[in-house]
Amino acid sequence: MYKESFLMAWASLVANKLRSILTMLGIIIGVAAVIALVSIGNGVKKDIQDSISSLGSNLLMVMPGAPRTPGVRPTAGSHKSLKVADYEAIAKLDGVKAASPYTAGSYVTIYQSKNWTTSVSGVNYNFQDVNNWTMAEGRFISEKNIKNRERVAVVGQTVVKNLFAGEDPVGKEIRVKNIPFRVIGVLNSKGNGAMGNDQDDAIFIPYTTAMERVEGVDYLRMVYVVSEDESGIDRLQSDIENLLRVRHSIKDPELDDFNIQNMKSIMETMEQTTGTLTLFLGAVAAISLVVGGIGIMNIMLVSVTERTREIGIRKALGATYNVIVTQFLIEAVVISLMGGLIGIALGIGASYLIGSVSGMSTLVSIPTVIMSFAFSMGIGLLFGIYPARKAAKLNPIDALHYE
Amino acid sequence: MNHSVIDIQGITRTYVNGKLSVPVLHGIDLQVHKGDFVSIMGPSGSGKSTFMNILGCLDRPTTGSYKLNGNEVATLTDDELAYVRNKEIGFVFQSFNLLTKLTALENVALPMIYAGVDKKTRNERAAALLSSVGLGERMDHLPAELSGGQRQRVAIARALANDPAIIMADEPTGNLDSKSTIDVMNIFRSLYDQGRTIILVTHEPEIATYASRNVVLRDGYIVEDKANLNMTPVQEVEHV
Repeated sequence: MYKESFLMAWASLVANKLRSILTMLGIIIGVAAVIALVSIGNGVKKDIQDSISSLGSNLLMVMPGAPRTPGVRPTAGSHKSLKVADYEAIAKLDGVKAASPYTAGSYVTIYQSKNWTTSVSGVNYNFQDVNNWTMAEGRFISEKNIKNRERVAVVGQTVVKNLFAGEDPVGKEIRVKNIPFRVIGVLNSKGNGAMGNDQDDAIFIPYTTAMERVEGVDYLRMVYVVSEDESGIDRLQSDIENLLRVRHSIKDPELDDFNIQNMKSIMETMEQTTGTLTLFLGAVAAISLVVGGIGIMNIMLVSVTERTREIGIRKALGATYNVIVTQFLIEAVVISLMGGLIGIALGIGASYLIGSVSGMSTLVSIPTVIMSFAFSMGIGLLFGIYPARKAAKLNPIDALHYE
Repeated sequence: MNHSVIDIQGITRTYVNGKLSVPVLHGIDLQVHKGDFVSIMGPSGSGKSTFMNILGCLDRPTTGSYKLNGNEVATLTDDELAYVRNKEIGFVFQSFNLLTKLTALENVALPMIYAGVDKKTRNERAAALLSSVGLGERMDHLPAELSGGQRQRVAIARALANDPAIIMADEPTGNLDSKSTIDVMNIFRSLYDQGRTIILVTHEPEIATYASRNVVLRDGYIVEDKANLNMTPVQEVEHV
């Protein structure tokens, strides 16, 4: 019986090809839009995840807080409370894989007749691993460079481009704040950071040199800490908090003179934000799917009216309520299912096209595909029921005399 | 009297339209025996169509009893009536009422689909029925590719599909030219000769002469019910 109903439904869809295709179009566009838009959302999410994990997702950044002295309180991070001794104590904690102090300033750097203002950061010899840098040329700062406060520098790609047009920077002398430095290495490009900043616009020098020879300070801007594993990162964060409180004689956590940023929690926040974005895009597309469903209902109602006489004949020949309902419901579901399948193909195609044409990354997710397929079938059922019931309830006498 | 295919006792039918109720049938008794060929005649407004709808189980009487093949059908539900129509009644309509998108064979097979007959049996029986009405060559034609007389013959074949207890023909020749009319009436006559029970509703006295019994309806009553001893025999038609 169901096979016959299916064949009858199929025959009537084929008999009205143009109408069936136009009706499907609503579902096709809806499903394709859901898949393509969600794939864009997922792509953005993956981009952000990648750029955060390029910093290292098991990274903690310890920064001094704002001074709590009376009077005008400057911005967070400007406090002078974070010392090298604090860094050394943190580095000895359990669960620390690597740690590096970090000082930062922005200075004019000069090579021959060219100058370029860039960030000059003092770091330890292991900073390369802490912050996932790889060398393009030469070598990174060595332990001996740190100990001897040597004037050596490792430069990023943006600096190379602006100071050394075409020249090999390794072995050349540049001047930072009028202090001569020898370039010992060039970093590979890391591209833009999570906030859109150019990570390659940087020069790294030994932190000892930076503190004593360049800036003349005895405090650090930041301490980068890499935990041994991602799961231990929260425990490590509280260990550092406790350590610093003891070292700085702070009893009330409210009065902390430091502040720790946890890359894992930043990543979680980012994921939440992009998740919301994806959900929003998906919801907008889902609306068009519902509109497609209303299109199905509209056409099915027209079809029921148009086929009143046919329904009358079928009922006179013995078709029961269920037989008629099944026939029309199958028609609606076949329309929406076919629309769903074509929509999935188009949506996946569109997402690859968007990815390759615009350079945006897109990521088709299988659960979205399955869900939108199921959703389109549900819509066929939901919006098919009313017309199908209307058809099945027709009085055969009236239906037979309908012109 | 035990062989009454149709046993109708005092049926009435009143249409209720808002506060207005219009009685159309005022109490009709009718017995039809197996093998009867009954014509029902009557002027417009006589209640002919209403009576026909009730006889064909498309409608239920307001009061009264209707036993078809011994079973009470006056109180059945819609789906039960659909089942009775499918099994016990073969319809032949004035306007043929074939499904335009189905071939002659598919049209004849349709009632058997609803009866749950398997495809092979269905197609064999439909082909045999079409051959018996002289359309063996045109089984794959759509109704639009057939003449009026041929369409009505397809409809008769369809009416016989589930071997029903009665054949209800409602003005079967109303849309046909005189040659096709004779063709179609010849088929009814031969069905009568095979012992089938036929109810023929018509307003043409000439057509009524093919029947073995003439019933006349007026103003919701049966005013005349007599045997026709002078049945029109099968006539020769010259096919061009």
